[in-house]
Amino acid sequence: MADRFRIAIVGSGPGGMSAAAHAAELGISHILLESEPHLSNTIYRYQKGKHVMAEPDALPLRSPLTFAAGTREKILGEWDSGIAKVKTNVAHGCEVTNISRQPAGGFVLKCGNGREFEAETVVLGIGLQGNIRKMGVPGEDLPFVQYQLDDPEEYEGETIVVVGAGDAAIENAVALADRNKVIVINRRDEFARAKEGNLQAIMKGIGDGRIECYFGSAPELVEAVEGGPKPGRMALATPNGKAEIALDRVIARLGASAPRAFVEACGVEFPNKDPASVPAISSKYESNVPGLYIVGALGGYPLIKQAMNQGYEVVEHILGRPVEPADEPLLREKFGRMAGFSTVDAALQRVQDNVRLLSHITPLQLREFMIDSDIRTPKPGETIFARNDYTDSFYSIVEGEAQVILDGDRRVTLKRGEFFGEMSLISGRRRSATIIGGVGCVLVETPRRSMNKLINSVAAVKRDIDTVFILRAIQSRFAPESSYAELAPIIENARIDKFKAGEVLFREGEEGDCLHLVRVGSLTISRQIGGREVVLSYVAAGNYVGEMTMMGEGKRTATATAAIASETVRVDAAAFRDLMQRNPMLRLRIQSEYRQRAAANLALQNLPTGGDLISFLISQGAGEATDILLIDESLCVRCDNCEKACAETHGGTSRLDREAGPSFAEIHVPTSCRHCEHPHCMKDCPPDAIHRAPNGEVFIADNCIGCGNCKRNCPYGVIQMAAKPPKKPGLLSWLLFGAGTGPGEAPHVDADAKKDPAKAAAPKKAVKCDMCKDLSGGPACVRACPTGAAVRISPEEFPAYAQSRR
Amino acid sequence: MHDSFLTYANKRYLWVALVLLAGSLIAYMWHDPSPHPNGGTWLGYTLGTIGALLIYWLTTYGLRKRSYASRLGSVGGWLSAHVYLGTALLLVALLHSGFQFSWNVHTLAFVLMTLVIVSGFVGVFAYLRYPALMTRNRENASRQTMIEEIASLDQQSLQLADGIDARLHAIVARSIDNTKFGGGVLGMLRTNDASEQALKQVRDALEKREKAGESGAEPRTQEMPTMYAMVDFLAGKATDVQAETMRKLVDSLSRKKALASRVSRDIQLQSLMELWLYIHVPLTFALLAALTAHIIVVFFYW
Repeated sequence: MADRFRIAIVGSGPGGMSAAAHAAELGISHILLESEPHLSNTIYRYQKGKHVMAEPDALPLRSPLTFAAGTREKILGEWDSGIAKVKTNVAHGCEVTNISRQPAGGFVLKCGNGREFEAETVVLGIGLQGNIRKMGVPGEDLPFVQYQLDDPEEYEGETIVVVGAGDAAIENAVALADRNKVIVINRRDEFARAKEGNLQAIMKGIGDGRIECYFGSAPELVEAVEGGPKPGRMALATPNGKAEIALDRVIARLGASAPRAFVEACGVEFPNKDPASVPAISSKYESNVPGLYIVGALGGYPLIKQAMNQGYEVVEHILGRPVEPADEPLLREKFGRMAGFSTVDAALQRVQDNVRLLSHITPLQLREFMIDSDIRTPKPGETIFARNDYTDSFYSIVEGEAQVILDGDRRVTLKRGEFFGEMSLISGRRRSATIIGGVGCVLVETPRRSMNKLINSVAAVKRDIDTVFILRAIQSRFAPESSYAELAPIIENARIDKFKAGEVLFREGEEGDCLHLVRVGSLTISRQIGGREVVLSYVAAGNYVGEMTMMGEGKRTATATAAIASETVRVDAAAFRDLMQRNPMLRLRIQSEYRQRAAANLALQNLPTGGDLISFLISQGAGEATDILLIDESLCVRCDNCEKACAETHGGTSRLDREAGPSFAEIHVPTSCRHCEHPHCMKDCPPDAIHRAPNGEVFIADNCIGCGNCKRNCPYGVIQMAAKPPKKPGLLSWLLFGAGTGPGEAPHVDADAKKDPAKAAAPKKAVKCDMCKDLSGGPACVRACPTGAAVRISPEEFPAYAQSRR
Repeated sequence: MHDSFLTYANKRYLWVALVLLAGSLIAYMWHDPSPHPNGGTWLGYTLGTIGALLIYWLTTYGLRKRSYASRLGSVGGWLSAHVYLGTALLLVALLHSGFQFSWNVHTLAFVLMTLVIVSGFVGVFAYLRYPALMTRNRENASRQTMIEEIASLDQQSLQLADGIDARLHAIVARSIDNTKFGGGVLGMLRTNDASEQALKQVRDALEKREKAGESGAEPRTQEMPTMYAMVDFLAGKATDVQAETMRKLVDSLSRKKALASRVSRDIQLQSLMELWLYIHVPLTFALLAALTAHIIVVFFYW
């Protein structure tokens, strides 16, 4: 007979641990199941001495365990003693493989080690990391077998066997090969899953003989050797028979099994197939399976403090006790600005009643949404955002109205329940119109990340926004004077098309039956000239292509290719021609834009390398940039004053690497931020610290927790993790008395701090270019260039830029 | 879009300099002091004041360049002004002096100023000419990647040499040891490196072996004392496999040599762009001292 508990908690992360400790504190029968021999594996695996932050600051902590910003060791130590103090019942080594709900109520949990538990309720707090795959052979847990590598420089002169063929395995093998004998075991005949750069690195290592590789081989056994020259040995099966390796260390990098399949097997439903989606849970953290609760990152709450609070609250909910959510005071303060505020629940209800878009989501999702959002009550006539601003938040009108100011002085009134700001949110480009407050206006302003999370997790929200987007995009771009009724036939036939980077929308010479209004991403327009494809122009989001077909020429005159992953609104040709016939203004406008475009194309066609320069810039990812630093190598005297200026104006760390990066026709693209339309760095920032300023600068705010996700996500390598160096002395005290480091010099690094990260004074945070948004003179790199070699331009300027280079 | 310091803001400072020069010249010709033009007339004092202020101001370019958060114009604009107005200074100072020279502190100040300006011309030349040469020489690789590539070619050469003979290994190892980049001023300006010798030895040996093979001559067996002869000897009795390895070695050494000379050239060009500053800046401080002395002397002891 298996043990039976009131609450079984799966996973001892911050959420699960806090829940178990609270249950222990209350004297409720419980068990905390953890597959590893230690608690909180995700934080345990942080590198030594890593500074862990406690965002969000404003949120109070509610847990029997303590938590404040500090080093990994301090936090883990406090948790361990907290868990022991309240006598929490922990079972280590129990990797839960199956949770089944019993017909009579309650659950049976089966573990990988054969143990079974029964529980009335289950709290799932397994996070998103998944379980690390082990080798699955005898000896996989020996002390010299490890499944991660913190610092390759720790090892020297060892024989190290790296098992695996993914990026992590390759990066480890290449980094270790400098000081060790490295042998890679690859189950397959090639490194099929690796990134291009890693593939080259490992093949070069193998070619040079620095790394030995067994292809098509698998380990069969690892064992310790007493008294031998090496502490261990591995037996493996190779295509040529058995082999044996004497070794010091095994590093197996076999990836992790994503938790989703396991969670789904427990009966929990996900709203869609998007890997970023999280299961829907009630305001009491209960999933669609009654009695199965979800806390922490798995439920969409990635921050430690949030998860710990949820662990506490979920136990209270299970006991049926009313508990005021920890975020209640925050919400009360937010809603306090609304006229007629009584309780948070009533205010939430009012938001949901008035805004159709938000009626699709659960109360818990709305709470979360509102914590990220702001309530704004602009006065009539007050600007909410101005045309050409680079902001990207989304607004829903809860009460009253707002007004859109169009060209001239025409105004369109938006009423209660409508929303705006979706254009910039989707395209990542400047605001297309100015919006001002109307009578009794109450708005919910939602930052980009929360809105994207909502769009990706609730299909109905995405559908509603897309419908409105198509309507507004067509109306504002083509026919601001037409009514919705006149546009109805076009909108009915319009649809959203998606293109991968490099995919062709249409080719020169094809019959054209539509035009494309670019909604996300950008395109290049090219023609066959002298037997090769020459790029003639660059089309950014918000513009259209393919209008020639509408003007009577049936065939496409040029090829349109997606420069990056892009989305367009495809407008049917027949319906568009219809509209043009009824609307002579539209015809004139399209004609004049066409003439301008043709003239620009012709100018570029006559340049020998102009189009090649644009192609080069696009191939460097400039297609998704909003602002990119370019250096003219025929002017650059390599003085690095740009880097020095960057470091001096940004706490000592240069955010640009002048020398790195490719060049073409004497134009150099240094490693520096391009302020992408849809910044990759924003994708997965737990405290949502990365924002776009009104002038377009993508910057990292002070609430960065130093997790390094943005650095990993940036395809251009422009983000670094850096601590703030000591303050520099004044010019005179440096010049006359030799105090500290002088202007432009790299700061001295304390030798102790270098050796032991735990001793480093300041925690490392992510730093990147902020285009000197806080300096009134503009980017310091450009202003510090003595020879005028450095410029920052936006992709719309590429054709003009190419023409200026002859 | 890219605006060189010579064309900055439609050559604004060229025009400022030209106006200053034209004004000074016209005033000088129109002014007719007796007994002859000199620094003591009202025009002499005016031109002297303009010149001295210009010198002090142009010197602050060094400060502006290091005031990274400054809002006082761009460094490019300052350099443009620095170059054009600095050049104009030559004539302004000449007119100020009324072409009077002798062995005194006044002429010393003028000579120092001329040296500073001429060394500045060298800098302008370097800034205009070397960046493009440097780009061409680099062929899109950074210096660091070239050096890394050299290190990996060195490893490869060592392994290949080791596969042939220990003595050959020693030759290659010595040539690697002798490969040095940069160093002192002369080291930075030199572009040859040590791989040349090793390459020549191996290549000669290979050629000789091939010739010997063609003519059917017996390989020499006698041990010879010199390094050349040793390689020669090795090649003579090498098997086909070893000869093939040697060809690979020649290839690897040649690639290394090509890369090494590119790195040296890179360092040479970069140092040429910086070296003139080591004359320009100290002379500027000497000039400041002499100029200050000149002014004090004029006012107190004239």
